[in-house]
Amino acid sequence: MKQRRATAKRKAGKNESALLAELRGIGKSYDGGVTALRDISFSVRRGEFLSLLGASGCGKTTLLRILAGLLPSDTGTIRWQDGARPGETGFVFQEPALMPWASVAANIRLPLRLLGIDDRAAALRTREALAQAGLEKFGDAFPHELSGGMKMRASLARALIVKPKLLLMDEPFAALDEIARFKFNDELLSLWREANCTVLFVTHSVFEAAYLSTRTLVLSPRPGTIAEEVRFLPAAGGVNTQFRTSAAYASRVRKLSEALERAQ
Amino acid sequence: MNTRSFVPALILFVALLAAWEIAVRYFGIAPQILPAPTLILRTLVADVALLLGSLFVTLKITFIALAIAVIAGVALAVLFSSSRFAERALFPLAVVLQVTPVIAIAPLLLVYLEPRNAVIACAALVAFFPILSNTALGLASADRQLRDLFALYDAGWLRTLLYLRLPASLPYFLGGLRIAGGLALIGAVVGEIAAGSAGAGSGLAWRIMEAGHRVNIPRMYAALVLIALAGVAIFALFSWLQRVALRRWHASAIEVA
Repeated sequence: MKQRRATAKRKAGKNESALLAELRGIGKSYDGGVTALRDISFSVRRGEFLSLLGASGCGKTTLLRILAGLLPSDTGTIRWQDGARPGETGFVFQEPALMPWASVAANIRLPLRLLGIDDRAAALRTREALAQAGLEKFGDAFPHELSGGMKMRASLARALIVKPKLLLMDEPFAALDEIARFKFNDELLSLWREANCTVLFVTHSVFEAAYLSTRTLVLSPRPGTIAEEVRFLPAAGGVNTQFRTSAAYASRVRKLSEALERAQ
Repeated sequence: MNTRSFVPALILFVALLAAWEIAVRYFGIAPQILPAPTLILRTLVADVALLLGSLFVTLKITFIALAIAVIAGVALAVLFSSSRFAERALFPLAVVLQVTPVIAIAPLLLVYLEPRNAVIACAALVAFFPILSNTALGLASADRQLRDLFALYDAGWLRTLLYLRLPASLPYFLGGLRIAGGLALIGAVVGEIAAGSAGAGSGLAWRIMEAGHRVNIPRMYAALVLIALAGVAIFALFSWLQRVALRRWHASAIEVA
């Protein structure tokens, strides 16, 4: 099963129709003349796990927000293969960013409410999402009553409730401890495989990019430009817990570290 | 709040009253100069119908003014949050109104408005600013990532306002309301005094002036006590409202076990 998906993905990589979006010459300056991004061009392929790796302040978040349509770019174009960004887009932020005045269930349900999904369907999907996130007992709790990991779980559930075709993630696990981060990484990978969605993952962690992605764009700072592209074949048989200690993983980490070094 | 935390203040208060009473009796101070607390209390009881009626008039003006201040303040804050141009054009004007002493504006208001409405306008003017500035700050303080999320799903202006900006501004608004409540009472009293005998002449502040003209000092004190109590009650009411509205989620009101 996994084998077949892996081959399907590899095949799709060569196929033009597998493009999701193409970015050309994206540039962005902030008031005061700081150039955040310059001449960024890359394509996003359907079903890939694409990481944007770079040091803090190299414009990764800006790039992600431009791609999401939350921020206009100064130059360049984004061409979506289907004409527009998928309506089913999930966004996971650096912080859990939950509404403190709303229950966990209401927070997770928010995207459905904004998308105008009818109440009964939304209630059902919210229950499913709570269960999937292991938060079924905390639906009525308020965010301040949750631990940091549980808050991030709720935040992830909120992004997943739209059944995203595109999942945008902005250093989502940076604030978690390492044990929790490893767990979230594994869960994210299995989610990605099951949902067959496209993930754009912003990170400053070489280890995270090496563990998760099928392709990594290494960004150099000030102004942010794409320095290098590092491609990984999908790990044969999928990534599993042994992968973290494998030589293949170590070589990925080395490759990315060197690329990041060159990008500085 | 713990009831025990009131104890030191209560002890001090009682001690001060006792010292006052003893001093008045010991030095034989005439009630026209300084009435003893017990005399003030007796006057309060004797004049209760008159004074409570006046208190009701002043409180009614206070709350009408506060309601106007809340509606205008929140509406203007919402306008500011959606239009930088409106904010830049109108905020300085609001500041000018705020920093000009209301006692100086009152005579003008009395020229243009009926006395009762002028008093309401005085009270609303002073109560308006904390509502406006706090609510505007609150509306602007909605989490940026949440704003991104609302934009991502094309929530639009109205739903972003209803589901995100207004709830986010609630703690700030309630903080402003607590200040505005006390200010509205001050504004009402200032307005009544400015209106003087031209006013309907039935509010508590007017009672103080009237009693002063008659050299009925105990009644002046009795009316003053009522105004002070009304101020404390208004503050307590809005503090309670703030706590009840926020206790489930806001850091300022969550009770630590």
